[in-house]
Parts: sequence; C-alpha cells; structure tokens
Amino acid sequence: MSTEGWEIVIGLEVHCELQTATKLFCGCRNAFGDEPNTNICPVCLGLPGSLPVLNVKAVEIAMSIGTALNCEVRPSLFHRKNYFYPDMPKDYQVSQYDEPINVQGWLELPEGERVGIERAHMEEDTGKTSHIGGGGRIHDADHALVDYNRAGVPLVEIVSAPDMRSAAQARRYVEELRAILVAVGASDGRMEEGSLRVDANVSVRRAGTYELGTRCEIKNLNSLRSLGRAIEHEADRQVSLLESGERVLQQTRHWDEESARTVALRSKEEAFDYRYFPEPDLVPLAPDPGWQAEVAARIPAMPAERRKKLVDLLGVGAPNDAQADQISTVVTLGLDRLVVAATGAGVEIGLALARSANEAAADPERAREVDPSAYAALLRMEQDGKLSATQAKAVLADLLQNGGHPADIARRKGFEALGADTVAAAVAQVIAAHPAEWERFRQGEDKLQGLFTGEVMKATKGKADGKVVAAELRRLRA
Amino acid sequence: MSEDASAIAAAVRSGEASASEVLERHLSAIEQHDGELHAFLTVLADSAREEAREIDRRVAAGEDPGPLAGVPVALKDNLCTRGVPTTCASRILEGWCPPYDATVVRRLRAAGAVVVGKTNLDEFAMGSSTENSAFGPTRNPHDPGRVPGGSSGGSAAAVAAGLVPVALGSDTGGSIRQPAALCGVVGMKPTYGTVSRYGLVAFASSLDQIGPFASSVADAVALFEAIGGHDPCDSTSLERPASMSLGRLGDGVVGLRVGVVAELLDGVDPAVAKRVREAAEVLAAAGASVEECSIPEVAYALPAYYLLAPAEASSNLARYDGVRYGLRVDASSAEAMNGATRAKGFGPEVKRRIMLGTYALSAGYYDAYYGQAQKVRTLIIEAFKRAYENADVLLGATTPTTAFEIGSKVDDPLAMYLSDVCTVPSNLSGDPAITVPFGTDDLGLPVGVQVLAPALQETTMFQAATVVEDAAPPVPTPRIGADATDGGERAAGGERAAGGRGR
Repeated sequence: MSTEGWEIVIGLEVHCELQTATKLFCGCRNAFGDEPNTNICPVCLGLPGSLPVLNVKAVEIAMSIGTALNCEVRPSLFHRKNYFYPDMPKDYQVSQYDEPINVQGWLELPEGERVGIERAHMEEDTGKTSHIGGGGRIHDADHALVDYNRAGVPLVEIVSAPDMRSAAQARRYVEELRAILVAVGASDGRMEEGSLRVDANVSVRRAGTYELGTRCEIKNLNSLRSLGRAIEHEADRQVSLLESGERVLQQTRHWDEESARTVALRSKEEAFDYRYFPEPDLVPLAPDPGWQAEVAARIPAMPAERRKKLVDLLGVGAPNDAQADQISTVVTLGLDRLVVAATGAGVEIGLALARSANEAAADPERAREVDPSAYAALLRMEQDGKLSATQAKAVLADLLQNGGHPADIARRKGFEALGADTVAAAVAQVIAAHPAEWERFRQGEDKLQGLFTGEVMKATKGKADGKVVAAELRRLRA
Repeated sequence: MSEDASAIAAAVRSGEASASEVLERHLSAIEQHDGELHAFLTVLADSAREEAREIDRRVAAGEDPGPLAGVPVALKDNLCTRGVPTTCASRILEGWCPPYDATVVRRLRAAGAVVVGKTNLDEFAMGSSTENSAFGPTRNPHDPGRVPGGSSGGSAAAVAAGLVPVALGSDTGGSIRQPAALCGVVGMKPTYGTVSRYGLVAFASSLDQIGPFASSVADAVALFEAIGGHDPCDSTSLERPASMSLGRLGDGVVGLRVGVVAELLDGVDPAVAKRVREAAEVLAAAGASVEECSIPEVAYALPAYYLLAPAEASSNLARYDGVRYGLRVDASSAEAMNGATRAKGFGPEVKRRIMLGTYALSAGYYDAYYGQAQKVRTLIIEAFKRAYENADVLLGATTPTTAFEIGSKVDDPLAMYLSDVCTVPSNLSGDPAITVPFGTDDLGLPVGVQVLAPALQETTMFQAATVVEDAAPPVPTPRIGADATDGGERAAGGERAAGGRGR
C-alpha cells in the first residue's frame, strides 16, 4: 500500500513518569519493579476519608518540563476525570483539564523543524492489572490481579500539535523529547519500563489540501519501533479506506505488535463522558514568578545546545552521518560532558566521541557517574600510545565499574606501553615469519596490514599500540 | 448525671474523679437507654476502658492528660477509626475497618478524651432524619416517635440523652446544626478549613466540615479547640485563627451589630420564628444593636446545594466499586460486579443523589447545572460578605420546623430537603454557624436559634451564642436518657456554663 499523494498528519501524546522520590499525592515510594502492593497507603489506595497533598518536587519538575519546551508556565487547576477501572483506586483520576500548568510551547528537532507543544499537564498514574489464568487476556482470564504501587505516581502528559508529517519525524520527536526529559531530570527515559508512554493521533489528507482528516488515536506504543510501525500501518489503513471510497471513523485503536496492525477499541460514540469537575480536595496551583524563575535557573543546557557544542568542537562544519549519530548518542545519554572534558585535556574529538558513544555508552548509568578528569586522562594515555586501544577499553571498563585512576588501573593490569624498540623488534619478527605476505604487502596489497598487526598483537599479548605498529609497517615498506 | 465536659475534665485532672468512674457511668447510661434510642452503631466499651485507665494512670503519675481528660466522646460513624468498623451507615462499607485514625480522632485522644463509640447517621451523611441509615433509625430523646434530625442524628441524640457529654458530627448542608436544634443541644459548623477533613469519609468535599455537639457553648468551644488547627494531611485546611480563644467567651455583646436575616425566617414555623425574635431581643437587651436585614440570594442556596453536593458525591462515592474493600457482589465482569455491588450496597437516597450528581456533571448539562450552581455559590459568598459589612453576626432559625414524626417525610425527598433550607447557606459560603437551644414550640419540642458569623470569626460567634444561651428559656428533660428519671426541667443554659447543671 502506498501513501503516495497523501499527507500524514501526526500529533503525539507522551506520558512521562516523573522521577520523584515519592508519589504525587502521598509519601509512598515512587519506584519501578518493587514487590506488588508494597508502596501503598490510604491516600494512593483511595481509602475512604483519605485526602491528597500535592508533591512540590513533582510541580517543580513539571515546571522544568514546561520551561524546557518553551511553554508558558501558568496558574493551574486540578480536575477529577471520572471513570471506572479496577486499577484506579478512587474511580477518578486527578488530572489537569482546561487550566494546565504548561501551555503553548514548541520543541525543535535536530534538523531544525519545530513541533508545537499544546500543553504539558500534571496527573496521577493508575495501578497495573495483570490478567491471570485461562487465556491470560482480559476477556478469557480466570482472574485479575491489581498492583497499586504505580497508583498515584506523578505523570506529565505532553501533547504536541498535529505538526508531524511522517513516522520517521514522529520518532525523532520522541527521541528529542526523551533527551530533553532526561536532561531536566524528569525521566529515566526508559520506554520499555513504561517511564515514557506514547499515544499517536494519526489522520491523512490529500497532499496540498489543508483540512484535517478524521483522526484515530493509537494506544500501546511501547517503543520507538512500535511507534514508527504503527503510524505507517495506520496511515496505510486510512489511505486505503479513503481510496476505496470509505470513511475513516474517529476511533481509539490498539497497536498489536505481534500481528503488526491496529485494532479498534472504541469509537467516538462510545467515548467515555469523564464528567470533569474541579478537584475540591486540592487548592489552585499558582506558581509565583519567583518560584518559576528559581526553577528556570536550575534547568541545565538542552540537548540541542549541547549537540551544537560538540559540532563546534569537531570544527568541520556539518558532521557526517556517523559523527552525527555519535553526537546524538552521547547527548541523549548525558555523556557529552565526558567528551568535553576529554577534548579539554587535549584528546582528539574523534577519539573522544568514539569512546563515549561506544564503550562509555554501553554502560550509561555508570558513565554518567564517572569522574570526567579520570576519563580524560585515560583517553589521553591511549592517544599518547601509553595504552593500546584494547588496553584502554579494558581500563575503561574497570574505571566505570570501580572508579580510581586510569594509570593505577593500567599498572594493576600489567598494561605498560611497549617501547618503540620492542614494537619494532616484534614487527621484524613477524615479517621474517611471513615473507610471501610481506612481499605482497610491499606490492601494494594493503589489506594485509591487518594480518601483520594481528600477529604483532599476538606476539606482544596485545600490549603493542596499533598505531605504532602501523607506522612501523609503513616505514619498512617505504 | 449529664455532666459538662469542662466539669469532667476539671475533676479528672484534679484527681477528684477518675476517668474510669466517669466512663462507667456513661457506659451504663448507654446500656440502659440506647436500645430504645439507637444512637450508637458501635460501642467501644473495652478500648474506652483502656483509654480511661491510661488517663487515670497519667493523672496518678503527675502527667498532664490534656484539656479533655477523661471526657467520653462519641464519633459519627463516618469518621475513620483505626481497626474499628466505620460504616457510614451503609451496607457497602459494612465490616470495613480503616487502617488509620482521622486527624480529629487523633487530636481528641491527644487532648485526653475517651472514645466510647460510633454513632448512627443517614447513609453517607445524606439525609435530615437519620432514617436513611441502613441499620435502622435513631429516635429523638424528647419524643421517640420523632426523628432526631440528621444526618448526624446519632451524635445529637446521644448528647441530648446524656449518654455522652460531647460528640462529633459532620455538617455538609446542616447535618450538625439541624439535628442539634431538633434534639435541643448545641451544634456548631466551623469555618471551612479550620478542622481537618482527613479521615472524614467524604460526601461533598467542598462543603463537608467536622464540628462538635455539646450541651453548652463552652463545651462546644472546648471540643472545637481540641480538634481545630492546620493539618498537613488536608490541603484545604487553614492555620488556626489567632483571635480564637476560650477566655473571651464571656465578653458579652455590647456594641455588637446583629442582623436578623429575613430569609432565615421566611416560611419558618411561627413558633420557631418567635423564638428567634426572642433571642434577638435578648441580644439587644445585652447591648447589641439589632437590625433586620435581607440577603435575597439565600433563597437560591438550596437548589444550588442540591446540584453541587450530589455532583461531588457522585465522584466521591465512585470508589465503592467492590474491588478493594467493603461489599462485593460477584458477577461475570468487573463492570457487572461494580454495578451489582452498588445496586445492593447503596440505599435509595444515596442512589438518588449519585444519579442527580452524575447528571449535573454530564457533557451537555454541566454548564446548565453544575456550572450555574457554582455561579450561584459565588453570588451567595458575595452576598454574605456584603451583609457582614453592616453586621458582626447574623441571626436566624436553624430549622424551619421542630422535630417531625418518623416516617412523615421519607417518601417525599423534596420536603425532606427543605429541612436544610436555613443551614445550607453557611456551607456554601464556608462561614461558621452555631445553633443554641432556645426553649420549645407549643408541643414542648426543642427549638434552635442559629448564630452565623464571617469566616474565621468564631470568637465573636461564640460570644453572641453565649449571651443567647445564658438567657434561653428552658428545654424540658428528654423522655429518654440519663436525666429522664430525674423528671422536671433542665436548668437554663447560664447555669450549665457555670458547670452546675442538673446534679
């Protein structure tokens, strides 16, 4: 199915679980993966007589998100959204409705396009239901178990304008938003744990026309991959309906990852009447300008700015695709300060980016904690030939795991850089052992350099510096 | 017996009486009379005895057991008590024991009070007669054929009958003041926010307020002092106003401006209206300047209330879904189980209000009903503010009639709703109000006079109420209760305040 001749219009709703120590309205621990129903109290269980008290830290994070997304942060109200579901303790969700805390902002994608942010409002999460026994699905399970640990966890829902035009762009929006949420300390960014949950509103219209088509909301998008596939599938479905003269019905649809299709959950007519009204147990939330300024002052540099800094360090105009990917990775993971520290210590940007986007990025949590000066010193040792690349990677793994100083770690591991003479001797030995290959190499068969380097490494138990070996080989060939 | 709380506390603190003796007298009064009265849903004899012994131990050890030392207190059964059934007089919560105490319960215990039991109410505090209790009605101690009022009818009847000196109730549209008036005791609704609602099972959150029942204004003040003040667990709770103090109760009303509100006398039974006018004369004679005034917006309070309160209730009561606690009627799906549980667990009045409230909040009707009612509420708040530019306190009837016969209004919800017509305005405005017994009607049934004050002006309100109380015509001894065998009439309120009543 082709969507040729059609324009896809996408708006996203992203739910972000806030990384607070406690829940939105009570003192229970906000933690993923604890024993079910251990982080609960009368308030988050909605027991009769209990009352909510707003978590100030959650408000500050919500304000940070709004500020980072260029929103107007404004006086706001909490409402009750009324509907029955067994994992919602009060049978209403405390949320913000017509007066949210953040409105009318925008997010700039790395390529420069702006996506409008309509609102970013606060609300509480629900519990989690597991259907057990029988077929294990909602309709054929023997029974359902509810875990209320998640009930009352603070969320911010970020609603974009319908400004995106392709699945790829939607993915880039979520990636950039995730980087921003991680940067302001709102989220750990883990989609697979449900820290970030995305719903997509998708409609299509003839290319060149302006009126919005009928949209469908797609739920259950647990990864960037699902998001992209679901949007593409949904756009195909809508285009094929319209091209065969049918109508798109306004529906909420569920993405089924296994069958790779969306399934209708409910239509507009079946939509819930949530009977929103102002939550009488909470007072209006009106952050004064002083508080707003204080929160804004604590917001760190945003990913776009940090990427730009790395591009400037590269100093070659536009980075190539590989470099752009490395830059994006280190910024998203919050490892760019390692790159900056390393280049500050005289390490070449290429090496700093490579080690940060690959080896350090493999263990991002520890890498974020590592002492940047120790990290820079290690890369400097590698660059100066005091450690081979293999050795440097081993020292880095140890450094991330245990901390300490790279020189001490290298010594402990018995990594001492081999002197140039020793390397030259080893090279000479290897050449002597492979006369035919050496002759071919001399005739210009460059790929044989790998063979010689490998043999030298074997002979020196990996202690030789690859760059020194290469230089020696080139010298002898000339 | 019928002892003052203040007198009991003084005697227990000085070691003149023991908390245990005091408790036993009240437990035996409950034993003797509550079969007929049905004021209590749960009597906590064992834990009360333990609490009383602890007070006695502390007195013996020279510790300060608190200002309400050894005072037996009853709690409306919509106040959460840890490990003790809290039913809201509903089948849907039968057998549920909260894992925590309401803030007011903790504060009462901290003040040395002894919790003797949980009292009957209209289911979820919805009603004006206590006939909507799933566990049967409470009777009016003055006439067992009549209602005690409601919804806090159990607490009102228990205090009137002398089974406890003081009790707590909750007042959403008059549920403390109306039964207090019908039973001939003092009942007070504090300024919204001065008493924590944490642990009060919500009916209509923006209107609910916990307050005291007592046989004197002084005792009501003592109880209010013990339970009031800011609570970090209730976002709508306020700091305790600095001006409030027991010491100023007897300061009198010289120069005080009193407005007698025409709308709180319109349509009121002439015998009741007559008593209000007499109370106004009492205040004038004591040096207040008394004038008639009109607050026309008050006429719209009842219809606004019967949209706002059910709207909030429809949401507050959604949690009784059979999933986590209380009654569950099993069915094939979660939705069906929810429906079946609620159909069986709620009584007709609760269902009526849930339906009213759900309708008032529905898409397409919100603006016409809930939205409009909120606007009326704002008008009423502003109207009271204007009235208080010319008056320090306002005076009116508490109820349009005295106690009515059991069964006479149960089939006519609108007639029942009208029982709240004089009390509802203060809930909408959030201001404090108190009812003081002031003689009887021609049938010898108690009449209450209501004193209203601006938000946080409880001290002025108490001063005026004390003057009214001191000059109040007597209320006869209830037919059921601890004093019933004494015969004769109760002494006037002034003697009560001095602590010398009926002993």
